[in-house]
Amino acid sequence: MTAGLDRLRGGTPAKRHNARTIAALTGNPGCTRRAVLDAAGVDKPKLSQQIGFPGKFGQSRFALARGNGFEAMLKADDCALLRSVLAECLRLDASGAYDDLGEDADDTLAARHGRTRTLLAAAAGAALIDHPLLTLDVAGQRVFLEPDLIAFQAEGRLHVVEIKSFAIVDGQADSAKVSAAAVQAAVYVLALRRLLEDLGHDPALVSHDVVLVCTENFSLQPAAVVLDVRKQLSTLKRQLTRLTSVSSLAAALPESVSFDLALPPADLIAALGHVEARYAPECLSACELAVYCRHEAAGSTAALGRPVREALGGVDTVAEALALAAGTATPAAEQAEAAALLQAAARLRAELL
Amino acid sequence: MSTLTALARAQAVVAGRAQPVATVRHLHVHARPLVLVPLAMAGEANAPLAVLAGTDRSAPRLLIVAQPRNRDHRFAFAAELADVLVPYVDSFAGATEAVAVDRGRDVRHRFTDAPQLWVPNTGGVDFLRLFGRSTRFRSIDGEYAVPPSVPLLGRWLTFFANAAEMAGSSLLLNAVQALGLHWATGQSSAEDAQLAALLGWICPPPGRTGAQAALAAEDPALSPPAGPATDPAFDNHVLAPLMSTADPDVAALTGVLRAQLLPTWELMWRCLDLLGELPPGARVAGRWDSDRDTYSGFVQHLADGGPPQPRRDGAVAAAARLHRLENAATRYAVQRAFDDPLVMAEYRLTGAAFVGDVTLAKADRVDDSGKRPVLRPRIMVVTTEPVRVEQGAALTSPRRPSQKALVISVTAVDEHKTEVLLELSGGMGRRLVAEPGSVPEVGERLLLTTLSEAYRPGGAFPDPDQTPWTHGGPPVVQQPVAVGSEQAEQQGSEQADQQ
Repeated sequence: MTAGLDRLRGGTPAKRHNARTIAALTGNPGCTRRAVLDAAGVDKPKLSQQIGFPGKFGQSRFALARGNGFEAMLKADDCALLRSVLAECLRLDASGAYDDLGEDADDTLAARHGRTRTLLAAAAGAALIDHPLLTLDVAGQRVFLEPDLIAFQAEGRLHVVEIKSFAIVDGQADSAKVSAAAVQAAVYVLALRRLLEDLGHDPALVSHDVVLVCTENFSLQPAAVVLDVRKQLSTLKRQLTRLTSVSSLAAALPESVSFDLALPPADLIAALGHVEARYAPECLSACELAVYCRHEAAGSTAALGRPVREALGGVDTVAEALALAAGTATPAAEQAEAAALLQAAARLRAELL
Repeated sequence: MSTLTALARAQAVVAGRAQPVATVRHLHVHARPLVLVPLAMAGEANAPLAVLAGTDRSAPRLLIVAQPRNRDHRFAFAAELADVLVPYVDSFAGATEAVAVDRGRDVRHRFTDAPQLWVPNTGGVDFLRLFGRSTRFRSIDGEYAVPPSVPLLGRWLTFFANAAEMAGSSLLLNAVQALGLHWATGQSSAEDAQLAALLGWICPPPGRTGAQAALAAEDPALSPPAGPATDPAFDNHVLAPLMSTADPDVAALTGVLRAQLLPTWELMWRCLDLLGELPPGARVAGRWDSDRDTYSGFVQHLADGGPPQPRRDGAVAAAARLHRLENAATRYAVQRAFDDPLVMAEYRLTGAAFVGDVTLAKADRVDDSGKRPVLRPRIMVVTTEPVRVEQGAALTSPRRPSQKALVISVTAVDEHKTEVLLELSGGMGRRLVAEPGSVPEVGERLLLTTLSEAYRPGGAFPDPDQTPWTHGGPPVVQQPVAVGSEQAEQQGSEQADQQ
């Protein structure tokens, strides 16, 4: 991490990226604010609280307990249950060693990453590698990824295994949850591939078929399915290359800009004003700062959602759209068609209401 | 998103309150609906936590599960819910009416009324569907016996959830969708999904704008979520301490859950009031007739001892159902436009419908080129709206739905005006002279559209045992519910309890 980015964060320790934050980042690649804050490791939940626009990202203890219980059940007795579902799902031999690289503090990250490299370099070593520490280049920054995942090694190939406690009922699961899991798994596949490449192996050794282990029907019994994440992988790669280099963005910021949480709210809001956000209603479920950005975006057509913005001819503000509809504003050449449609729509609404 | 609705959203932002996108009500509002506000246990696979239910606004009945992970408690809850829902649903299986079928050669009977369920949002519909799935295959004897009302409840819930997929059906409705059909707010559709915020825009409290009311409604402490997902803070700080003991304090749990559910209960009835104030569309009653047919058919199916709905449809059943859903969606879209000029305006905007004045009319024109002379009046319509129809297209007018207007020619008079020459057939009586008023007269303002209410034939599908190999071949006979999986579910939930 560069000094410039560290300066933005101030005295607080950096928040680390995980697959979820990267997935969210690629979900809205045009948002400079998110890219800069994430790269600088700013604690966005605390920041949003500090400026008086707290996001709603609580997690229920019940959900956590069930998720942990399910994972513990799968990993009990040297991963007996996990091995059996993997063997059944992939038709591969799932015996072999289990290595848990564990969780650890910030200062030993490099060491853990080193252990991950060693373990993976010795191909066909352990069969199940838990909590590996991976790295990924995001917006010009090398970030550590702490995947809550197991890499399953069999016949020289690696499969990413994602354990999720949502249910598959009669072969169907909540599509939003499955697609979120697929994007996260794709982040891990990508990071694992980069790592193998670094080690001089063929990156294709990491399979694009990831295994999703969920609960079946209304029980806690595991059910494993194979997800092909090639589509998510290509989207992810494209989005990652599109992310503007954060370092240059940070370098362009004035010296006074700081997101140190010790600063008063007014200063923090002023600092946020220097980094442009691209708010969309989807942010509300993906970014802790979204409530503030929504407040800031009040009166813009983007705040009403992309479909509305497009239907309004892509103009920026609600006032502008209404002026075009009323015929009080002169449309630019490229707006002529949209303006005519808006005027017709306004006429029809006025006629019928 | 159509330009018309997007404009309504933009207008709502400026006006500070929701704007109408319909002039009539497009769904049936029952005089005695059963309102259900379900809550599910976070993290669990659709384990019910509580439901506030009833047909009387002033007397909601609260059912709770003190230990959602305990199978016996769950099924006791299911039995209690069955005691609410099954008698309600059965109460409409009384008086019948005769309906002529087969062009009057025969009659069949259907019930004069049908039940109607209301839930807050699509999540509520999914909750009912999954709860139906988890109860309808339960065995009423053997080691894991449940009361007979439990599988019956499951079959009714599945029936309602399936009906909710059919466009235009009013058997199971959700408040968010029902309101969104009639009003556009000044926020995004993602934010509309929250019932309290949506209602905040539709009827903001005095002195507040819709945006302010919606913002206040987002605070879970002020207006708890409408379920089935609970507020995580409520889970962690209120529910968890009460549930962490082996023998939870049921009275305390009842109190906190009632407090979580009552605000939404009130919103549900306000939503019903708001919708009730709108005049119903002309075709709403006809769609409710089909709902009564569906209900009568299912009552008959149950009386005949029919099997529970399968876990998954076979290939033929799935294709037939998809065809019915598509037909229903098309029919519903057309009917809404015919009922409501504001919905029709969307089609006028795109040129699929236009309003014009009749400038010429020859009502007595007879075409005698065929074997028999037929009445084929012609009219000329002049419009200033965009016309995107071609020669040979068949148009209809909502005022005379049984009359077809064939486009003979479309001529642009100048930059704004278009002349459309039409030949009429049908809806004019059986003689060679048109019934009075059946042919538009000169000076009449007329709406013509390519939308058509014409009958759509059902699809032709093979018998299930003739399923082609491309679709997996004839289905294998369904195995009866394996006791093993029941046990697995039992063990699964016990393990969860231990952890």
